[in-house]
Amino acid sequence: ADADKKFGLGRAALPEEVAAWNVDVSPDGTGLPAGSGDVWTGETVFEENCAVCHGSFAEGVDNWPKLAGGDGTLDHEDPLKTVGSYWPYLSTVWDYVHRSMPFGSAQTLSPDEVYAIVAYILYSNDLVDDDFVLSDENFAEFEMPNKDGFIVDDRAETEYTIWSGEPCMENCKESVEITMRATVLDVTPDHGGEDGMAEEAAAAPAETTE
Amino acid sequence: MTTEKNGMSASRRQFLTGAAAIGAGTVAATVARAAEPDPLITEVQDWASSFGDGVDATPYGLPIKYEDDVIRRNVEWLTADTISSINFTPIHALDGTITPTGCAFERHHSGAIELKKEDYRLMINGLVETPMVFSYEDLERFPRENHVYFCECAANTGMEWAGAQLNGAQFTHGMIHNMEYSGIPVRTLLAEAGWNGEVEGKWLYVEGADASSNGRSIPLEKALDDCLVAIKANGEALRKEHGYPARLVVPGWEGNMWVKWIRRMEITDGPIESREETSKYTDTLADGTSRKWTWVMDAKSVVTSPSPQMPITHGHGPLVITGIAWTGHGKITRVDVSKDGGKTWETARLATDAGDKAMVRFYLDTEWNGEEMFLQSRAMDETGYVQPTKAQLREVRGLNSIYHNNCIQTWWVKPNGEAENVEVS
Repeated sequence: ADADKKFGLGRAALPEEVAAWNVDVSPDGTGLPAGSGDVWTGETVFEENCAVCHGSFAEGVDNWPKLAGGDGTLDHEDPLKTVGSYWPYLSTVWDYVHRSMPFGSAQTLSPDEVYAIVAYILYSNDLVDDDFVLSDENFAEFEMPNKDGFIVDDRAETEYTIWSGEPCMENCKESVEITMRATVLDVTPDHGGEDGMAEEAAAAPAETTE
Repeated sequence: MTTEKNGMSASRRQFLTGAAAIGAGTVAATVARAAEPDPLITEVQDWASSFGDGVDATPYGLPIKYEDDVIRRNVEWLTADTISSINFTPIHALDGTITPTGCAFERHHSGAIELKKEDYRLMINGLVETPMVFSYEDLERFPRENHVYFCECAANTGMEWAGAQLNGAQFTHGMIHNMEYSGIPVRTLLAEAGWNGEVEGKWLYVEGADASSNGRSIPLEKALDDCLVAIKANGEALRKEHGYPARLVVPGWEGNMWVKWIRRMEITDGPIESREETSKYTDTLADGTSRKWTWVMDAKSVVTSPSPQMPITHGHGPLVITGIAWTGHGKITRVDVSKDGGKTWETARLATDAGDKAMVRFYLDTEWNGEEMFLQSRAMDETGYVQPTKAQLREVRGLNSIYHNNCIQTWWVKPNGEAENVEVS
């Protein structure tokens, strides 16, 4: 098909329609609406809208995500990845809260409420003082602790070149010993291991699906 | 929903009832002789005499009741709730490559939403001549393409990083489906909005209509290459849980980017760095740094039978070892199977020519005489890449990358035919 051909389908989007849906915020703050919020206002708004799952101090309740803590744990056996310890950009916090939180009643927060919540999350991570005010004007100045903690996919250099070519077909190993068994853990559904076994299971899965 | 009866799963019951046959198996290549005539043959059965169902009984059918264990399953402890969660395709019980839509896995971040075609809108904005709005009806009028592609969750096999954890191919490898899509190339839709043709440094931000939005940034080059806005899967409208009435298809790339209930595509000057490409779908390495934008799903395979949910119940003699393989880099060229934990390998038979970024079925028709087996499969793709062992992966990445675990899987088949998920040296 001719990629440049126009079919005359659809219609022009009205400015109000684009404004209603185009709410993404880039790392440099592009897309932020005017507004501001301070830590103490944020504490109140957070307590009303967020604390039931995320805890009064953003520390998390039960299996709900922890939004604070984990500083310096990324190279540990069980890293705790939170806004403070892991997230590279503050824009993501603002955008995600504004668009998708609270869980179950998303898109109910005003821009000022979101600024306040984000300020409170920063405070809960010991990244700002209690008199901090976050606004569209000072937003871009804020740098997250783990902003340089990410590298672009490097599998082509670190893996693909190594794991290619004609593989071994015969006499590839001296011996084969069992080193791990799933039935020892016994956390598979239908095998009687569903009750309270989550603690013994590896920590990773809970993270995969928050 | 559960298939348990008397506290025992269907596969477990099948195993126990079938286990009795083991040892009573016939010697290969000799004709068995029954002691008594089979009443199922010698007596007229009800179904050979009376009526079955009329053609008006089932306007849209479900599988027969005897197949009621071939269903999606979830693992309760994996997630805090079932709304932002995952379930698993019963790959252990399937054959061929096309995943039946009704048991193809689901992964939602704010549940499966109900969006009528009449209420559907797709917006294109950003660096285009004219921001546009399309109705579902508009989408049906654009030229369409048909392609079969696998969709694999980035977290598929993620629970296995730390060790052998879940006992069944459904749970270790079931965050995948493979469907035939009918859809409109993204490039066609962008052209309609008057995109200026510039690709270098440009991105496409795509989001869904649901509360979670699931926004992801895709390099424009990829979006223009082979991405589709799909409106049909396996011949019919998308299922609600798979994005009805329209979803993004991103061939070969991690399932999270296959935005469901797609409502907006925005051409941008840079990546948005949304939650789903910063907090999630980034892969932490042993030193604490994390890879981002690990889009492609590497070559992978798994033996689906025998496997923990599919024990050998037929005794000694002919055995079909089968499984699936796929790669985000193009086509699978070969699958090798080992019965001894990787000491020796045999090249399996591919049932069909492998499609581009699609699942392929492999078979190894063999003889089994009750010996212990450590079954493994190893896929190779057209780039020359060979599916690695878990040890190889861990050496590069450590234990905490969560996503993109495409390691070689081992099933320990015991002399009684039962199979277990293990790791071997």
